Amino acid sequence: MKPLLRVDQLVTEIGHGADALRVVDGVSFQIAAGETYALLGESGCGKSMTALSLMRLLPDGGRIVSGDIRLGETDVRALPERDMRRVRGGQMAMIFQEPMLALNPVIKVGEQIAEALVLHQGLRGQATWDAARALLDAVGVPDATRRLDTYPFELSGGLRQRVMIAMALAGQPRLLIADEPTTALDVTIQAQVLDVLRSLRAERQMGMLLITHDLGVVAENADRVGVMYAGELVEEGARDVFFSAPQHPYSRMLFEALPRPGDGGRLTTIPGQVPKLDDPMRGCRFAPRCPFAVARCRDESPDWQAINGQRVRCHLAGALPARSAREVTTHANSTQTAQALLQVDGLKVHFPIRRGLIQRTVGHVRAVDDVTLSIQAGRTLALVGESGCGKTTVGKALLRLIEPTAGRIVLGGETITAKNVSTLRRQAQMVFQDPFSSLNPRMRVAGILLEGMDALRVGAASERRDAVAQLLRQVGLPDDTGGRYPHAFSGGQRQRIAIARALAVSPRLVICDEPTSALDVSVQAQILNLLKDLQDSLGLAYLFITHNLAVVEYLAHEVAVMYLGRIVEHGATGDVLRAPCHPYTLALVSAVPRIELQTGPGIIRLAGDQPSPLNPPSGCHFHPRCPHASEVCRQTYPDQTAVGGGHWVRCHWVAGQA
Amino acid sequence: MNMQPVILWTDALIFALLAVVLALVWFIRRQEHLRAPWRVVAQRPMAMGAALVLSVFVVIGLLDSLHYRAQLTDSPADKPQYSVEVLSMFDALVDELRTQQEKTYSAPLAMQLYAKEFVLRDGETVRDYPRLQYGGAHLKHADARLPDIARRSLIGLAQGLAASLLLFCLLAVWQSHRTHASLGTWLTAWAGGRLDWPGRMVVLIVALMLMLGGALAHLAAGYHVFGTDKVGQDVLYISLKSIRTGLVIGTLTTLVTLPLAIGFGIAAGYFRGWVDDIIQYIYTVLNSIPGVLLIAAAVLIVQVYIESNPDIFDTAAARADIRLLALCLIMGVTSWTGLARLLRGESLKLRTLDYVEAARAFGVSNARIISRHIFPNVFHLVLIAIVLDFSGLVLAEAVLSYVGVGVDPSMYSWGNMINGARLELAREPVVWWQLGAAFAFMFTLVLAANLFADGVRDAFDPRLGGRR
Repeated sequence: MKPLLRVDQLVTEIGHGADALRVVDGVSFQIAAGETYALLGESGCGKSMTALSLMRLLPDGGRIVSGDIRLGETDVRALPERDMRRVRGGQMAMIFQEPMLALNPVIKVGEQIAEALVLHQGLRGQATWDAARALLDAVGVPDATRRLDTYPFELSGGLRQRVMIAMALAGQPRLLIADEPTTALDVTIQAQVLDVLRSLRAERQMGMLLITHDLGVVAENADRVGVMYAGELVEEGARDVFFSAPQHPYSRMLFEALPRPGDGGRLTTIPGQVPKLDDPMRGCRFAPRCPFAVARCRDESPDWQAINGQRVRCHLAGALPARSAREVTTHANSTQTAQALLQVDGLKVHFPIRRGLIQRTVGHVRAVDDVTLSIQAGRTLALVGESGCGKTTVGKALLRLIEPTAGRIVLGGETITAKNVSTLRRQAQMVFQDPFSSLNPRMRVAGILLEGMDALRVGAASERRDAVAQLLRQVGLPDDTGGRYPHAFSGGQRQRIAIARALAVSPRLVICDEPTSALDVSVQAQILNLLKDLQDSLGLAYLFITHNLAVVEYLAHEVAVMYLGRIVEHGATGDVLRAPCHPYTLALVSAVPRIELQTGPGIIRLAGDQPSPLNPPSGCHFHPRCPHASEVCRQTYPDQTAVGGGHWVRCHWVAGQA
Repeated sequence: MNMQPVILWTDALIFALLAVVLALVWFIRRQEHLRAPWRVVAQRPMAMGAALVLSVFVVIGLLDSLHYRAQLTDSPADKPQYSVEVLSMFDALVDELRTQQEKTYSAPLAMQLYAKEFVLRDGETVRDYPRLQYGGAHLKHADARLPDIARRSLIGLAQGLAASLLLFCLLAVWQSHRTHASLGTWLTAWAGGRLDWPGRMVVLIVALMLMLGGALAHLAAGYHVFGTDKVGQDVLYISLKSIRTGLVIGTLTTLVTLPLAIGFGIAAGYFRGWVDDIIQYIYTVLNSIPGVLLIAAAVLIVQVYIESNPDIFDTAAARADIRLLALCLIMGVTSWTGLARLLRGESLKLRTLDYVEAARAFGVSNARIISRHIFPNVFHLVLIAIVLDFSGLVLAEAVLSYVGVGVDPSMYSWGNMINGARLELAREPVVWWQLGAAFAFMFTLVLAANLFADGVRDAFDPRLGGRR
């Protein structure tokens, strides 16, 4: 078959002369019409730069040094800029990661789509609008006629991403480049968007270049996979072969680092991090992190080798030991201790909405509405839900970073009121999501760690310096860390510092707010292992707030699923994730892209988005999206239905079945 | 000569400010993250050139801030009496410029007055341009004037060049010694611009300033380089004396602005709620009153106060000085709103960041959060605002003096020079040199300040990070 896109020995540099960084180094691949080719790799590996090189949209100072890019018969590199503009959008189109940044906020959606239609299809007047509506229909935007007349901020994230796709399709491109198209979206929405992309590709026989770091997304969508590492393509093969037998050590370790269902043991981590491109590189670029590396790897850059249909760049290709099956252990389901470390009853956080001249309260955003949960010492409760369901607000309200509207918090047998907040702060601390905004860039690491001890007067002032060194060792950072500033560290190291800061006051409960969602897979594994080790050695309890179900399975003993400010299902991890009862949990679990090929029931697609907590639906909050909704769901909020083993659900449908 | 040191209010504040700046420099040198952007500033040729020019202004201003009263020559030794005239170190250095007064206007480098008068010549009264008392007094004939000017300029330029060559040699020897490189390699590195500081620009600016200074010094010894004003005072002297006024306005006003802007701005952004409401009302109200009106009112009040309490202010200089200080205060009070608004917005953003939340989770007090987390992260904005506002304030002084609500009319300032020249612009032929001199000095100072501010902003503004 004649390939649609042929990239040959592409080399892209940023900067000039001796300072130039080689961000893409000798990448070659082909994409056929109707095929999805996935570029996989951690951040900083040059995936996006490859895509931007294809579009010739490199940032300032970037240029294609050598190589050949052919789209059909067109030599993309030889085109003058004038003709290139017709190719962009018309021949190949791109979808970006952040739909809010890629759409112009002051122009209506319809006009933005129409602009592309006028440019590439030469449509005029009513025909343009009809075509725009047809495009929105094609990408599954409900009520397309009305949506044409809205501004981007009026749309939810999933709809915005669909509008982006519609715009990309306006030029009827032959190749669609999707750069992390669903990274910013929730799993249920991600499933919807990926569906749209799949069906469009089949319908229009487009080639698709899918750039992602998520192995699950690759497994469900790609036909062929290319793995990138430090600017080079290191492995390439058809999806099925790649997923059953990855050949390159890097690909293998990416798989190993991924938490998977039924995992009890430690995750395999890749030591170190992706090399910076300004470091001199000799030999195989992965050699410094590779456990199999031999002397030859450090001196000689490996060439392509073919192994049963796959191509791989590794000296040891085919000679690596077979992948060992990971030990599958189940959590030791220890009997529940009588006393809960943290007991929360009826927690409510309502934000008043004020309008008008005298700031009258006209309503409330019910971010958290009657949440009850408890955690025992040394155990982990995961709070799961999509963005906007109020899970972070629960964490902050527990620490009184946000004043709760109602509810009782008992920590270690003591009821927390406004008076004894410092007791609370000695015993409970928080680790934040983004390691780049959670450390003050103007303070040294030692100062950051000392801050909590100073404020809460932990230990004698003279001992605190030693305590800092002890903390740094505990989280696996070198001793000289204390004297440096946060900018000297990578994301994973920063997250370690943030964990050390939380541990500085020796808390018994740590609230982890998505601590790994901003990190790459290999670094995520390091942090998860660290959290688990700390729990074992210090007997910490975690409230783990996340949307990543794989991480939940790995780390948590119990799970609470939140929807629109309320917990809809609660139980032991195994029970909830393997035998979910609530229709929402069912959809959530099934929407997670899995590496293993799906068996059993297909993915349950949820219609629409999560409603606004300002104006939640009457009755059961989930009924507008629920496939099993009945009249009673629209009228009354369901009570708890126990399904055994401490597992309970709030659902009329389940209650009716029982 | 005995003297009595006089410390005016603004002198005290200027030297306090100098001490603060020096302390800050010492502090910054020890903090890596604070030092790094300054190193970027130091690597920019434009910024360094501008800084050199600025430093010349600052040195003149500082010398002019060391005031004293000279002892009267006929006063008894055991009970000394001092002159009512307050002089400065700078006056002592350029004593000739100060004392060589003509009768009235004379053009730059002239040897005759600008207006015809009746003069007695050979027993007859004729109407002619009389010779100046000092300007060109050493010349016999008018024909010798141009060659003399050329000769003096050339000597001055040559001396300046020689001095800069000497300095450059010393620099080269010292630098090559310091870096343990041979003189030749250092020179080629310098010529190729491969030093870690903008060597060529610094050497060029120093040489230019030395040559200009040399030429000026030689010319000023025989002529009034910028002419004389209505009462016959040397315009060059007035312009140089005005430097201090400009610097005081530019710096002390900022000193008043900063606590207000930082305090109110951060408080409004950090605490939000009613604190924010009150502060926003204050600065909205303040912003909607025309600044000139407030300033005029305040200056008048001070004027009345001075006149009704003559015993507090013993000299004319003290009276003029307190009016200058009052002007700084009132300009500071009216100009903090812009920076406060900026800091409020930034604090609003910073307070939601995770590291502030983390500090709150430890129960760190608000004061500590502000001083350790908020303030260090808005400091670059403060610094950019200081250097950007400086030139605006110098220009504002000129405008206010022109309107008549600026500094005391007896005080030397560019605004007063322009105001004085305004009345003579209708004259034929025009008296242009006062205006020209004020313009040239103000232009140099403001341009240097702006170029320096650009360098500082580029180095500190994170949004421009990495872009060179």
